[in-house]
Amino acid sequence: MASLDDLKKRISSVKSTQKITKAMKMVAAAKLRRAQESAERGRPYSEKMNNIILNLSSGLSDKENAPKLLTGSGEDKVHLCVVMTADRGLCGGFNSNIIKKAKSYFKKLSDNGKTLKIITVGSKGYDQLKRVYKDNIIEKISFKESKNANYFDANKVGKIIIEKFENKEFDVCTIFYNQFKNVITQIPQEQQIIPLKMTEDETNKSEESYEFEPDEDEILGNLLPKNISTQIFKAMLENSASEQGSRMSAMDNATRNAGEMVDKLTIEYNRSRQAAITKELIEIISGAESL
Amino acid sequence: MSEQFNLEIVSPEKSFLKKDDVIEVIVPAFEGEMGILKDHISIISFLKPGIIKVHSSNEESSFYVDDGIVEFKDNTLSILTSNIFDIKNSDSVKIQEMIKEAENDLNDEKINDQKRFIISQKVEVLKSLGLN
Repeated sequence: MASLDDLKKRISSVKSTQKITKAMKMVAAAKLRRAQESAERGRPYSEKMNNIILNLSSGLSDKENAPKLLTGSGEDKVHLCVVMTADRGLCGGFNSNIIKKAKSYFKKLSDNGKTLKIITVGSKGYDQLKRVYKDNIIEKISFKESKNANYFDANKVGKIIIEKFENKEFDVCTIFYNQFKNVITQIPQEQQIIPLKMTEDETNKSEESYEFEPDEDEILGNLLPKNISTQIFKAMLENSASEQGSRMSAMDNATRNAGEMVDKLTIEYNRSRQAAITKELIEIISGAESL
Repeated sequence: MSEQFNLEIVSPEKSFLKKDDVIEVIVPAFEGEMGILKDHISIISFLKPGIIKVHSSNEESSFYVDDGIVEFKDNTLSILTSNIFDIKNSDSVKIQEMIKEAENDLNDEKINDQKRFIISQKVEVLKSLGLN
């Protein structure tokens, strides 16, 4: 049995851990609120963008000559996967869920004989993927310095992707991120952005004909690269909200577990203290009796 | 009949401006400035660097934009843009920085003529802002 001193030390160490997890939980809660707000604020932009592209591509006259970003390069050999994770750990299953999803997708690709290229956004994803897929990772990006997800960063990632596409380095591009549902649930998502897969939402489709200035092709050519950045930005926003939510619930659990542990250790401490007192009393009494 | 329509300007980070009493908006469309009044035909176009002028019933305001897309439909004008600021609250240091950055981009040999045209346009507009 551990000595009284040892128990005391353990109790105080668990208590201080609990303080840390509690603080982290509160910080995450505050950040979550902000992240959620900015995710909500960012929604109209990406929705509008999606609508316009939908309208444009349905009105496209010459499908053959449509921009490559919309239709793809015509091949399906090299897949680029953009895995978006957090830069920090201690957020429950957040990072490993994305990685798990991505890995199963990678496996499917290699089973079908496709070539795999990976870009990791966020340092945690790189740390976890480098063990197995070191040779596949062509770029790692991390935005440790920027506090919040911002469009500027997303645009940088978008530009890299487009540049690689124009250099014909890949045919299909998929991004992986966590979609924020609520604090407890985050759903890992895979989303193909090149060639663009339209979510066919018939309700948004308008029969109205638009006037285009300049012509459709040129607008699409201008719009599609922006759409890539927008999608990345959306993923970043969802991700940052998910990260904070996931961290919050993980830290909440940790705080509760630490509380339980403190209770258990305190009982054990009291028991052994009482046992020691009883032992001393017995010794004194039996000593007095023998006189 | 009222001559007013709705205007919504959104940036990726937030909804920048929302108004329902707009009379006329002048946007720097790619093929020249374009004034939009109520009951304009549905149109999609994109922007080059320039100034958006908004005339509403009781005030006039101007915004600088880098690029963007405009969509007009059902008397609602939506402008999507990634870089926008109100000219009244603009800060000259930031404008100088943007000019410098754009001029650096101009010196890049690799860009094509269309991009060069857009960037030089941007420099011009920003410089005219700096003078005011």
